[in-house]
Amino acid sequence: MFQFLKAPVATLQDFCLLAAKALANIFRAPHYWDDVLAQMDRIGVGSLPIVMLTGGFSGAVMALQMSKALDTYGASSQVGQIVSITLVAQLGPVLTSLLVAGRNASGIASELGSMKVTEQIDAMRALGTDPVQKLVTPRMLAMTIMLPFLTVVADFVGMVGGWLVALGLIGTTTAMYWTGVYEILEYEDVLQGLIKPLFNGFVISLVGCYYGITTTGGTQGVGRSTTQAVVVSSVWVFVINLFLTQIFVNL
Amino acid sequence: MPVPESILRFEQVVVTYDGVDVLDNVTFTLTAGETRVILGAAGAGKTVLMKTALGLIHPDQGKVSLFNQEITGLREQELFAIRAQVGMLFQESALFDSMTIAENVAYPLFNQAGSQVSREDALARVESILKDVELEHTLDKFPSELSGGMRRRVGIARANVTNPKLVFYDSPTAGLDPITANNIMSLVIKQRDQRNTTTVIVSHRLQDGAMMANYRFNSKTGKIERQVHTAELDQRTKFMVMQKGRIVFEGTEDELHASRDPYVGKFVLQAKSA
Repeated sequence: MFQFLKAPVATLQDFCLLAAKALANIFRAPHYWDDVLAQMDRIGVGSLPIVMLTGGFSGAVMALQMSKALDTYGASSQVGQIVSITLVAQLGPVLTSLLVAGRNASGIASELGSMKVTEQIDAMRALGTDPVQKLVTPRMLAMTIMLPFLTVVADFVGMVGGWLVALGLIGTTTAMYWTGVYEILEYEDVLQGLIKPLFNGFVISLVGCYYGITTTGGTQGVGRSTTQAVVVSSVWVFVINLFLTQIFVNL
Repeated sequence: MPVPESILRFEQVVVTYDGVDVLDNVTFTLTAGETRVILGAAGAGKTVLMKTALGLIHPDQGKVSLFNQEITGLREQELFAIRAQVGMLFQESALFDSMTIAENVAYPLFNQAGSQVSREDALARVESILKDVELEHTLDKFPSELSGGMRRRVGIARANVTNPKLVFYDSPTAGLDPITANNIMSLVIKQRDQRNTTTVIVSHRLQDGAMMANYRFNSKTGKIERQVHTAELDQRTKFMVMQKGRIVFEGTEDELHASRDPYVGKFVLQAKSA
């Protein structure tokens, strides 16, 4: 009766097993710290330009759009507060995670997928290396560490984007804008904005790795895995965001 | 006469994919010093058999023993120590794209269980084995910069660099022109005879098997030479023909040529017409 559920449940089970193995490997030798650093560079530093660009434009657009609404109530001076709280608690983590999912979950899935279909992963096992230890754990660690940093950068650049608009087009003063930005933020908001990317990074990297190392069916299979990795990790970003927001709203 | 040590044993092994038996009740024993040639069309289960022997694929039924130790049911971490005694050339070489040729060949030296090699020693061994396969000038190149035949030669070097007791070659000549294929086979024979390794070779060409059975590397001349086909020589190489996951023939070259099985006959006929 519930046969249609068999495949998704099996996928979830395999995914959880992979996550458990990847986590357990953190405490087991050998450690591939060089690979962790290389991935931190590729995922973290490599994603900086696109994350900054997106963050900056989001902050600027938000300031523009909100200034119109706020002007109706004569409250356009509060644009800094709106940009700040929206970016830090919600838009910053979600946008950055979505960008990283699009850029890196796809990269990871296609890289590991190509290795799988050309038997490089089997070769690795035959030559004495656990592919989860060598390939999955470094990517998981790198993305989980780097995504909160990227989010902080995106948030800040977004605030700067909002400030430029507020200063140039709305006519708010610098002091008024940044005071608003600072005063509206509670510790919970900052915490929320940092914990969300931590979870997102963990899930995005593992989804990319999972679809990569389970690739079958040649180059076509690599394409399919890449698409699935981006779609599934993006959906998870929204789901995680919803659940964590619910938790923080009730704090 | 002492009984040769059993290196690899399959006992009624079944491997199933999506309800289809890709290995169907496979039973055979490989003894030390033997050369085993596995022939079969694409999809006959040759590669699956090799991967099952290494514990890369877990059988659904039956037992696989490697070096007299049953590997069925062992965890991945436990398998590493056993795999360290085995070399393998994968079908398309499976070299790591992101590493140089030297790093690829040195990989098992640094990563296999129990292997403790200094950097200098590793480099010396890598240079020596790459010289053996006539690729000493490619140390710092990447696999994508090499031709298909050269990549196979690097694969042969990587499979033998740790001096394993047993080496698997999965279709070493597939997709290569006849001249390159012959060169590759000469290198396989050279590695086998220089190191006295037990060798399993998978192929769809009987010519490869005939070379393995009738040629030996002469260390004095540095060349491989054809031997006079005697009954003793015939016993040193065993042939196995697979069809749809089953072993349909197992025996010596002479027995292969005498077989009346129509499927086996196709392989013999194809070799004669080539």
